Amino acid sequence: MDLDALVLRFQKKDVIAFEQLYGMYWENICGVVNTIVRNKSLAEEITQDVFTKVWNNSDSYNASKGRFFTWVLNIARNAAIDKVRSKSYKNQKKNLSADYFVGILNKADHIDDNEERIDSSALKKLLLNLKEKCLRIIEMLYFKGYTQKEVSKELDIPLGTVKTRNRSCISQLRENIVK
Amino acid sequence: MDVEKYIASGVLELYVAGKLTEEENMEVFQYSKEYPEILEEILAIESSILKLSQAVTPKYATRKGFDDIMVRIGERKDPTVIQLPKEKSNWTQYMGWAAAVLLGVGLVWFYMQNSQLNTDLQVVEKEKELLEEQIFEARSSLASTEALLNDLRDKNISVVPLGGQEVSPNSYAKAYWNKTQDKVFIDAQGLPEPPDGMVYQVWSLKLDPLTPTSIGLLDDFTADDNKIFVLNNPNESEAFGITLEPAGGSASPNLEQLYTLGAVSSS
Repeated sequence: MDLDALVLRFQKKDVIAFEQLYGMYWENICGVVNTIVRNKSLAEEITQDVFTKVWNNSDSYNASKGRFFTWVLNIARNAAIDKVRSKSYKNQKKNLSADYFVGILNKADHIDDNEERIDSSALKKLLLNLKEKCLRIIEMLYFKGYTQKEVSKELDIPLGTVKTRNRSCISQLRENIVK
Repeated sequence: MDVEKYIASGVLELYVAGKLTEEENMEVFQYSKEYPEILEEILAIESSILKLSQAVTPKYATRKGFDDIMVRIGERKDPTVIQLPKEKSNWTQYMGWAAAVLLGVGLVWFYMQNSQLNTDLQVVEKEKELLEEQIFEARSSLASTEALLNDLRDKNISVVPLGGQEVSPNSYAKAYWNKTQDKVFIDAQGLPEPPDGMVYQVWSLKLDPLTPTSIGLLDDFTADDNKIFVLNNPNESEAFGITLEPAGGSASPNLEQLYTLGAVSSS
């Protein structure tokens, strides 16, 4: 499937193309939102909001500025973070700290995570052999919207090494996928 | 350009994360079009993030679905919301209302016409009844006039003219006396209308000595059209007189109010 053509049709307000994109990315967006809000029904609700925004702001996307998924991912992160920071979101415990993946990996296999209800075994397989710093750097950059500078500060590593450190972490992730 | 070194720098991972400046993004985009390896690398990085994000989606997450999105973006109407008819249907709607109003006005008009006709019909029927009554009255009036005429022509009738007296010199009357039937017809056309509360009283008189006997009142004088009154008179009258008396009549005549008087001719 030609993603670029699909996105172009979507930008011309082709509903069928939009439905395909929704089908392609719904789970990913819901996953990203869920790592931030950690609430299933809220994550589902925000995901619908995100795709509504995507449709309404289709004009503002430009392929030269980045990947389509990256654009949607950014909208999703902002929507979820706004929700977490809003006063209406009572449980302040669920903040933006980047310990989600680390927490999941440290949990015993047989304990079902009642709260987040994700398929932790599949996740563990993906994150196999990734160091804690990798888990956190990936979570911060892709899921929590940290800047390189913020990552550098948070992990106490030089700004210049964030980029290469992240590459090696992603490489490990890619290896696990291939396996 | 050293593609491998470029890839190894980690810039493409940040590109997928959306952490580059606008210029850097533009640059990566251009390179991805020039160098297939770069595009391939980008797709591989994106794919890994897709896998990871897919893995953290809630386990039993139910997609609210694209129908919900369609409603939200206004491409589909929410089936739970009753839609108001669109503007364009207003034309026919107005026509419908206009027709209904016309029909209503028409019905009211017909109703009013009908009740007007009914009223007219009633009026006409009343007029007809009235006319019939008048005809009936005229016929009976004619009959009674004929009867009266026959009475007055009777051979046994003696006519007694009553002349006007001091109180009212211009007054006159006539008495038609049928001795065999003991009846007297008083033609009072020559008398003025009596004042309110007063009535004419007719007296039969014996002259020697002067003895008046009341033979009746001219009741309903004003209302009586022909002013002919029929009274019983069993007396051997020698004269007739008419006086004005208080309503109900008097036992003896008030001679000061004697209007007319006439003696029966001795024949």
